[in-house]
Amino acid sequence: MKEWRFWLAEQRGTLLALGIFVLMFTIYLVYHPAIESQGFTTTAVANVSNTAANKAMLLALVAMAQTLVVITAGIDLSVGMIFTLTNCVASWIVVGSPLQTALGVVAVLLIGALCGAINGAIVIYGRLQPIVTTIATGAIYFGIALLLRPFPGGSVNETLADFFTGRFFGVVPASMVTLLVIVLVIWLPFSHSVAGRGAYALGSSEVAAYMSGVPVRRARFVAYTLSGLLAGIGGLYVTFFTYTGEAAYASGNAYTLFSIAAVVLGGVSLYGGTGSAIGAIFGALAFRTIGDLLFVFDFDPLWQPLFQGVVLMLAVSLTAFGLFRVRNRLDWFA
Amino acid sequence: MSDATTSSRIVSKLPSFIRRDPAVATAFACILLLLFLGSLYSENFLSPEYLLQQLKVASFLGIIATGMMLVILLGQIDLSVPWVVTTGAMMACAATSWGGVGDIVSVPFGILCGVGLGLLNGFGVAYLRIPSMIITLATNAVAQGLMVVYSGGFSPRDFASPPMRYLATGFAIPSVPNAVIVWAIVGAGVIFLLTRTTFGRAVYGIGNRERAAYLSGINTRRVVMTAFAISGGLAAFGGVLLAGYASKAAQSMGDAYLLPSIAAVVLGGTNILGGRGTYLGTVAGVILITLLQSILSVMQMPEAGRQIIYGVVIVSMLLLYGRQQASR
Repeated sequence: MKEWRFWLAEQRGTLLALGIFVLMFTIYLVYHPAIESQGFTTTAVANVSNTAANKAMLLALVAMAQTLVVITAGIDLSVGMIFTLTNCVASWIVVGSPLQTALGVVAVLLIGALCGAINGAIVIYGRLQPIVTTIATGAIYFGIALLLRPFPGGSVNETLADFFTGRFFGVVPASMVTLLVIVLVIWLPFSHSVAGRGAYALGSSEVAAYMSGVPVRRARFVAYTLSGLLAGIGGLYVTFFTYTGEAAYASGNAYTLFSIAAVVLGGVSLYGGTGSAIGAIFGALAFRTIGDLLFVFDFDPLWQPLFQGVVLMLAVSLTAFGLFRVRNRLDWFA
Repeated sequence: MSDATTSSRIVSKLPSFIRRDPAVATAFACILLLLFLGSLYSENFLSPEYLLQQLKVASFLGIIATGMMLVILLGQIDLSVPWVVTTGAMMACAATSWGGVGDIVSVPFGILCGVGLGLLNGFGVAYLRIPSMIITLATNAVAQGLMVVYSGGFSPRDFASPPMRYLATGFAIPSVPNAVIVWAIVGAGVIFLLTRTTFGRAVYGIGNRERAAYLSGINTRRVVMTAFAISGGLAAFGGVLLAGYASKAAQSMGDAYLLPSIAAVVLGGTNILGGRGTYLGTVAGVILITLLQSILSVMQMPEAGRQIIYGVVIVSMLLLYGRQQASR
């Protein structure tokens, strides 16, 4: 096999997610009322894309956070709560003079990373299952968030917020640029580092990885910490959009659940060891676009949850086609 | 290595019932500890009325956790609990609009809707081989979508039927709430199912290694699908009882039951990876969580503090006895 075919096989999930997203987003753009009335002008497209990008950005960040943990064959049911907690923290401290704001941003990101590190430490040294650990820590993080913001409120440095949610040169959504920077600064170095390769290795087989001398513990710890950091960036970003902090249980939970959906749409295997955060980003963008398609077609918003659910169900059922390739029935139970 | 031998030496000195299941013993010890702490705060904690009231509140979670336990024993998970509970409640209340017949069939109808959703989960997991975490999430979304469309986004106006209210709040035996009796019946049924039938043995077998269970001639896919159907039915039954208790169904009434039901099963010593666990442990876990919630609310702890303590207690109890073997 040629080199590029290996690459293609490895990136199949990511490319599929990209394809779904491009298709959905084209339909979305073409039928969007603002574009239908104004035609395909740069302003109209940039406007619509910016709104869509800002909404999808949050889920993309949380989905990336989920990916890092899922690659190690774990699951993080607390990402949504880390997201909520950092949102509440940011609504207190990302204010004031530029220096104060900068310190606040750093503190918020550190708190996100710390939450992830706590999850990682309990999973590694406490030897508990990731799923139950993160259920419990998620409750703790939500409790702290509620302590900080019993009622929605707070504020944020609006200049900074507008910079990160606006557009560069009037065309490029700032959130997408930020996302690109995050991929370049966090995801690519991680996935090419020893810890990153270790995370993939331990996701496909922990015993084999351990036997081959992969630094299993360090890999897992780095993955969980970076996951917390990414969820923290998400929390910071939601503060930029809303200018407030809110400890909403339902929204935190929804982000957790949607992140799992986005990760799966993005071609990341829940059994660990395969997939990439870039795929998860496209999965998140596609998932958000699917949800918004209904508005474009002017359906009753009441039907949105059902439509989203049915699309999700169909999307995950597509993986069942892999069963046709199974030669030995025992492979069902892989 | 030496660590393991010392601990096994300690274990061998303990009485037999603790040795067999240290998790269940610890969970019951923690229940006693909670009751003791509660009684320091207020005399009422040890009164039979209070304890029966707690058991009644626990029975809703208990019935939902029973289904969750079956699924966890298989090494799967059911994340569709929130909206299956709500579906059961809403559909049972909806049945009352059919008049007298509706009142009679309201309870079975609600449960049947849950079984249907559970079959969907089970079909996806067993036959399409979709990871349970994903397919149950999708089922949850579909159930939510259906209920939002049905109710128009508001809590429906139908009220719970008399049989539902009787099951949830009545007293067939004086001073013993019916909900507790219902939980006892469900529990007895599941204990019988798990320990005395081939289905039960198959559940444990599949939880340990589905491949081996398949090779020993078990129709593993049917067993998995059945377990999910039972789980869906019990979650919906929990919802029916909750609606009877509150006398009507509400949007997102099931949200508060997903994490506690998983926590209760795991605190009761059932291995989250499947294959090991007893129903007695789940009972202990359910009572433990209900007592904890009740004591915190009696102490007028704000919601924030409750969430934090709740999380800390789950992590620390699991660190006590839920740890896995180190990979050496």
